[in-house]
Amino acid sequence: MIDWSGYLGLILKGALVTVELTLMGCALALVMAFIAGLGRLSRHFALRALATAYIEFFRGTSIFVQLFWAYFVLPLFGFTLTPLQAGVLALGLNVGAYGAEVVRGAVLSIGKAQYEACVALNLTRYQRMRHIILPQAFLIMLPTFCNNAIELLKATAVVSLISLSDMTFEAQVVRAQTGSTLVPFGTILILYFLMALAISRFVRTLEKRLARGLDGVRV
Amino acid sequence: MNAPAPEPIIEIDSISKSFGDFQVLDGLSMNVMPGEKLALIGPSGSGKTTILRILMTLESIDSGHIRIDGEELYHMPKNGGAKDGGLVPASEAHLHRMRQKIGMVFQLFNLFPHKSVIDNITLAPMLTKGASRAEAETRAMELLDMVGMADKARAMPAQLSGGQKQRIAIARALALSPKIMLFDEVTSALDPELVEEVLNVMRKLAQETDTTMLLVTHEMGFAHDFADRVLFFDAGKIVEEGAPEDIFSNPREERTQGFLKKIIAAGHRV
Repeated sequence: MIDWSGYLGLILKGALVTVELTLMGCALALVMAFIAGLGRLSRHFALRALATAYIEFFRGTSIFVQLFWAYFVLPLFGFTLTPLQAGVLALGLNVGAYGAEVVRGAVLSIGKAQYEACVALNLTRYQRMRHIILPQAFLIMLPTFCNNAIELLKATAVVSLISLSDMTFEAQVVRAQTGSTLVPFGTILILYFLMALAISRFVRTLEKRLARGLDGVRV
Repeated sequence: MNAPAPEPIIEIDSISKSFGDFQVLDGLSMNVMPGEKLALIGPSGSGKTTILRILMTLESIDSGHIRIDGEELYHMPKNGGAKDGGLVPASEAHLHRMRQKIGMVFQLFNLFPHKSVIDNITLAPMLTKGASRAEAETRAMELLDMVGMADKARAMPAQLSGGQKQRIAIARALALSPKIMLFDEVTSALDPELVEEVLNVMRKLAQETDTTMLLVTHEMGFAHDFADRVLFFDAGKIVEEGAPEDIFSNPREERTQGFLKKIIAAGHRV
């Protein structure tokens, strides 16, 4: 008879790493999404070009390759990262590239009427973006950001390839030591699902809060 | 000693504007005196709304000059204002300074849906004039009182009727105390029973302030009562202008007569 409690503890320890990676990756992705998304809307050609290059590069290459670069190739240029740092960097930059297009699309979806009201009220470009456009656009970004965050959560499994002991990594360890496939993989299946559910609940709640008053019903 | 003749607050000097192949304004010139209430009427596409949008810097001009208060709107002196230095296109900073003199109310209100009524009104004074929240709110409550909406200060725009939204939009524009107010078909999007409450606010405004007001409208009855001068536009030009009594009761030009006939047939009051 296998004593599962120790092995489950191992998987839970891995789950913490997955959560940590997801939260830090999402934070970096969010920052990159706004920088690159707004960069693509800039009046300055250089900023637009830089943002476009970033987005196309990170969307156009595989997350595996990006992770291997961050962990195995960057040290050759003198930047040595811990597995966690490399994981966060690759995940954040990769998902941030997708998020940038979400930011750009949402900002563009705010109608011309709002821009014109801002001009008539003599707001500067920065004030217009900060107080009028982004608060409305953010609400439009949220459902897609939720998708991106869940994608990021699932992509964290790739870090097991650079020996970071996340949930998937620990499940493989447990499988190797016990010979059981069903229990470790069944457990992480459920855990990934619960984490994804938590993300979507969180974003849904945020969305409801921010939408308050906008439809004239909830106040 | 004679008082000097008052200078026009708006001088429009042979401006032209095209959208692609369509020439909206063709060498248009007109002056507006301080405190004047002007009604711009005419068929759709005649360029009257474009004039307001150009004055608000929402559209640029292809050629010509506009002076507000004696100062160029779309141009500024080269060499930091040295005489005969010539003119160069206006910078964003110049436009920003000039826009302080002008406010605009839109056909579709353009309120900020994510901000409460009072925040819609206080936002620009706080951001552009450095007003404190307390100052801005005191002023906003005065304006809300004037437009009869003081009890809706904390409401969200989505809870208001069209007429209420438009009254808020008027208060929002007034909060910056512009010298010139532009009204672009402000009752066209309203249900008929809501038109009057907006017009009442504008009548009050015309009586109580010496703000210069330019109004694009299809409400001929209102234009008649409200305006000092009516301009009839067609195809980017002023066809006829004069006192409301003359334009509405005794139009000289055939095109004006035809337009007014059509408007009356469509059920608008004159």
